[in-house]
Amino acid sequence: MDLVKLQRQLVDYRDSLYHECFLDEQFTQLQELQDENNPDFVVEVVSLFFEDSERLLNELTKALEQQSIDFKRVDAHVHQLKGSSSSIGAQRVQKSCIAFRNYCEEQNVEGCLTCLQLVRQEYYLVKSKLEALFKLEQQILSAGGSIPI
Amino acid sequence: MDSCNCIEPQWPPDDLLMKYQYISDFFIALAYFSIPLELIYFVKKSAVFPYRWVLVQFGAFIVLCGATHLINLWTFTMHSRTVAMVMATAKVFTAAVSCITALMLVHIIPDLLSVKTRELFLKNKAAELDREMGLIRTQEETGRHVRMLTHEIRSTLDRHTILKTTLVELGRTLALEECALWMPTRTGLELQLSYTLRQQNPVGYTVPIHLPVINQVFSSSHAVKISPNCPVASIHPSGKYTPGEVVAVRVPLLHLSNFQINDWPELSTKRYALMVLMLPLDSARHWHVHELELVEVVADQVAVALSHAAILEESMRARDLLMEQNVALDLARREAETAVRARNDFLAVMNHEMRTPMHAIIALSSLLQETELTPEQRLMVETILKSSNLLSTLINDVLDLSRLEDGSLQLDLGTFNLCAVFKEVLNLIKPIASVKKLHVSLNLAPDLPEYAVGDEKRLMQTILNVVGNAVKFSKDGSISITAFVAKAELLRDSQTTEFFPVPGDNHFYLRVQVKDSGIGVSPQDIPKLFTKFAQTQSTAIRNSGGGGLGLAICKRFVNLMEGHIWIESEGLGKGCTAIFMVKLGIPERLNESELAFMPKVPPNHGPTAFPGLKVLVMDENGVSRKVTKGLLVHLGCDVTMVSSSEECLRVVSNEHKVVFMDACAPGMDGYEIAVCIHEKFTKRHERPIIVALTGNTDKVTKENCMRVGMDGVILKPVSLDKMRSVLSDLLEHRVLFEAI
Repeated sequence: MDLVKLQRQLVDYRDSLYHECFLDEQFTQLQELQDENNPDFVVEVVSLFFEDSERLLNELTKALEQQSIDFKRVDAHVHQLKGSSSSIGAQRVQKSCIAFRNYCEEQNVEGCLTCLQLVRQEYYLVKSKLEALFKLEQQILSAGGSIPI
Repeated sequence: MDSCNCIEPQWPPDDLLMKYQYISDFFIALAYFSIPLELIYFVKKSAVFPYRWVLVQFGAFIVLCGATHLINLWTFTMHSRTVAMVMATAKVFTAAVSCITALMLVHIIPDLLSVKTRELFLKNKAAELDREMGLIRTQEETGRHVRMLTHEIRSTLDRHTILKTTLVELGRTLALEECALWMPTRTGLELQLSYTLRQQNPVGYTVPIHLPVINQVFSSSHAVKISPNCPVASIHPSGKYTPGEVVAVRVPLLHLSNFQINDWPELSTKRYALMVLMLPLDSARHWHVHELELVEVVADQVAVALSHAAILEESMRARDLLMEQNVALDLARREAETAVRARNDFLAVMNHEMRTPMHAIIALSSLLQETELTPEQRLMVETILKSSNLLSTLINDVLDLSRLEDGSLQLDLGTFNLCAVFKEVLNLIKPIASVKKLHVSLNLAPDLPEYAVGDEKRLMQTILNVVGNAVKFSKDGSISITAFVAKAELLRDSQTTEFFPVPGDNHFYLRVQVKDSGIGVSPQDIPKLFTKFAQTQSTAIRNSGGGGLGLAICKRFVNLMEGHIWIESEGLGKGCTAIFMVKLGIPERLNESELAFMPKVPPNHGPTAFPGLKVLVMDENGVSRKVTKGLLVHLGCDVTMVSSSEECLRVVSNEHKVVFMDACAPGMDGYEIAVCIHEKFTKRHERPIIVALTGNTDKVTKENCMRVGMDGVILKPVSLDKMRSVLSDLLEHRVLFEAI
């Protein structure tokens, strides 16, 4: 495909991600940290996020399946997830984590379960979006162009 | 007795006759001898007599005649032959000389006669020359008098002095009996006697102006002889003497309006004064031509001098008027200044008074926003915040505008990053735009310089205002912001007919276009957009807030930056494009050291600000740990990462200058670590700076941090710029507590 077209597509896609609040400022910051010394910084961080989130989501699922739920533990995990998502700028995930934490404080099981669903949903959404974004970037790079800011 | 040759007398000598002849001959001889002697004597006395030798000749002739007659005495009686010989000789000589003399006289008598006629002729000539000399001298005298008169007249600007002097001098020069000046009255129907020479107090004689003799004088530019019996001339009682000849001449009174450039006064003056001059009584003097000419010249000079005097009077009056007006204006100006100062003071005070409560409202609302709120409460608080922000902006705008209008606003020039300004604007506008589902795109031209010299804050304010308007007035669609360097051909825009920017070596014109797809502006409203407080109907209907000051302020800023701002729109509903051009300077070549002092450095090109700074990062969360590390590595720090407090305490050493720890994770007590670190490093300069990174924004956290001896608290997420500024502040001051 045409390089310029690809680049424009990337820009539009990225703008839409911001627009729809999948990503926020923090993601831009991450991109700015990427330079010659650190060419794959963003990808590395995002991959780490994916790993971390998967792990945490599994832990959360397990924890909420218990008979007597340890809300403190749940809260800790959610806190972790919130931290990670805010670090890379996954805004919607972060927001849903905040809601999750509220329910934890109230020790509302129903609410927690609903939130977990929500968080998982948001996570998978943002994951697919980010993967698509990286794929586009790869395409551009292999076509010999540079990633537009 | 016989044979003598003497002639016998015919008759016997008569004794009486003989005696008479004898005596007469004797006296003749005497006279004949004495005449030449007299002649010689007188000739000797006068040296100029030209015909000397004629006299000699004549003398000889006379002498010889005398001799003849003398010798004749002897011939009356018997005489000898010798006597007869002598007689004969003498007679011969006498005959010869007399003939020669007779011949001579024929020649010289015409000469003598002509001498006489020449003498007569010369005498006549001399008499004539004398007469003429007399005349010339008189004329020269007169000319001198005129010059002196003119000098006298022109040396003063006082009307009365001029006229008096004129009359006096004229009287003296021309030896006048009387000299009078008649001026037209205000009504213009009469001539009034204004000045006279002899009579000290002219009584107000008036004479109607339309007398035939006066008309005659006024219609001619020459001096006119008038009858001594006419009313203007009969001012001086002549008594039984015959009055002298009278001459009158007109004096044009010139007005200021008569001095047109191409319109000489003789065609347009209507008012004349009359000058009447009277020769002495009983004199046989007549007015000579040169005297009349003198009078005419004087009259003209007087006219000019009078008009000068009039002009001077006018200008003096005008000057006095101006001075009065000046004083009044000065007073008004001072009053206006006082009013402006009072207004400024009022504004400043009001501003301060208004800002203090505003500040409290905004600050407390922000704090309130950060606490736990129900959604309805949150909505309310957000509305409060938005409204108070708006009000605060309005207050700022008003103060700015008043300062702008005073002209007391000056641009804070500085070197700044142009791209960063646009990005900042974009960041600020994105939230609002995304709420309205508007797509904002920024297009910076590749030839746009990275750095520029100008007033960064105000430029940003302008761009923000313009973009904000675009967002405000668009319900949906997209907004595009383009910025590029204005090229020469683009500068000749049809919109900017009064604006002729000239690009130069050390400055360029930045052109920014913000296009939106909103409600647009109708063409007749476009000029009103930039006036203060004016809102077009569409905006008023939309009730979108704002006092209508924004664009007015932008225009002022843009003008201060020597630029131009305008709006194009095809009409209502067709969106509009706001375009502005401002002049920015091109900064000097920046070297490395200067770059380090730049407040904003573009992230991908910044130098390492903290090379080799050893930093310890403690965070349980892998992702945020990696992000923080990435940040610090990007800044050039040497980062050690730990994920637990035990590890942290183990690893920390006095080589580490800064320790970043995540203080809000439940289950991990960052505070304890801080206390331990304090215990470990007793000396202050050995101890690393401890900074807590926390996502908690409440006061309690902050207080706890301070309590345990942390040097700083930063709110997560941390941007690159914030990290940089935080580190530099920390290293400088060793303490940082961000207002949370």
